[in-house]
Amino acid sequence: MISTITVQTPRTLTETYDLLQKHQGRIKVLAGGTDLMVTLNARVEVHSAYLNLWPLRELRGISEAGNAVRIGALTTYTQIIRSPLVQQHARILVEAAKSVGAAQIQNRGTLGGNVVNASPAGDTLPVLAVLEAELEIGSIRGTRKIPFNQFYTGYRKTVLAADELLLAIHLPKPHANDWQYFRKVGTRQAQAISKVVMTLVARVDAAKQVEVMRIAYGSVAPTVIRAPQTESLLNGQLLSKKLIEQAQQLVMTEVHPISDVRSTADYRRLVSGNILFRALQELRARG
Amino acid sequence: MTIPLEVNGKSYELDAPPMKRLLDVLREDLHLTGTKEGCGEGECGSCSVLLEGEAVNSCLVPICQAEGASIITVEGLAREGRLHPVQQAFIEYGGAQCGICTPGMLIAATALLNENPHPSRDEIKEGTAGNLCRCTGYMKIFEAIAKAAGN
Repeated sequence: MISTITVQTPRTLTETYDLLQKHQGRIKVLAGGTDLMVTLNARVEVHSAYLNLWPLRELRGISEAGNAVRIGALTTYTQIIRSPLVQQHARILVEAAKSVGAAQIQNRGTLGGNVVNASPAGDTLPVLAVLEAELEIGSIRGTRKIPFNQFYTGYRKTVLAADELLLAIHLPKPHANDWQYFRKVGTRQAQAISKVVMTLVARVDAAKQVEVMRIAYGSVAPTVIRAPQTESLLNGQLLSKKLIEQAQQLVMTEVHPISDVRSTADYRRLVSGNILFRALQELRARG
Repeated sequence: MTIPLEVNGKSYELDAPPMKRLLDVLREDLHLTGTKEGCGEGECGSCSVLLEGEAVNSCLVPICQAEGASIITVEGLAREGRLHPVQQAFIEYGGAQCGICTPGMLIAATALLNENPHPSRDEIKEGTAGNLCRCTGYMKIFEAIAKAAGN
């Protein structure tokens, strides 16, 4: 079966666009392989043709682009972890990248792969949601940018057209007073797929009044989600102990987890509230 | 598809299906059976090899993505009849039990020490976090890596 699979390995972006347009969705884009090879090895998902992006240097690298950090779609987790730019502006993306698998996976897995694979458990996705990333998408028809928060339309569904390719992820540089928090709950620190992952970006003034509050979760809904009601509850308010308890209760109604091999819906709901409670307590306790 | 690659310092031109796993090419085509298959899904690290100096799971690398690459397997760690310091330490400090995880552990440890010659105990744990030992002989493995690093 493996011997009948064909692979196209374009050497330029233009060649890639041509192939995507020609095949109209009948070719599977292959980045680092850490998800696709698993499904291929298990014969869960076998495609007759793959488009191998790996040699495309144009899709790699981390740079400053205006008031944002631009991360090429084929940039690996290891490259993200080691990047001074990402360390400076998006500490939570470094933490998320460190929580993906272990060294062997981090050396191959890519940020673009995590985004396009569209798993509700993708470790970096809640981070991109709270950082309000923008996605740079290209095709033979040109390039466009869309907000990350509009990329998913349902379980493993995205707005990418058949001839389109994710080129890069743009992270707007944060405000100097933004506080970033990342928490992944899994069976163990390395290798485990998350039961729940939560991340937030917050800004509070000296009196502990909330100026900015963005909260996102993974593994508790068909896609990565923001928690808009809980964000609204907190925004503009004094971060009191009572308010934190209210947020903890409210967020448990905003997540929609399922029971599966990794955890139960009840556990995920409870933990979703608890980790938000802890994060907000930590924010409140900061000097 | 003809794929050029270098394994343990030797150059090859291989004729293989492009989606064939690097693991299978090593074991079946090159008869380098030191690299083991455990889970086949990137969880256990048994099939670890160095690809351009970085540890990867060879069960997750299609051979088309190793085109022109330099690969080191466990067979390539010893040089001129002398074991790699990590291999020697695994023997001296009991780092190997049943042996299935050992090639992957040696590769992960080598990658770690190449980058960080004097890792702390936590860094050793982190560097081998992608490698499972079903005998649960982790303490001896950590000790062997620490000794190989001269700690």
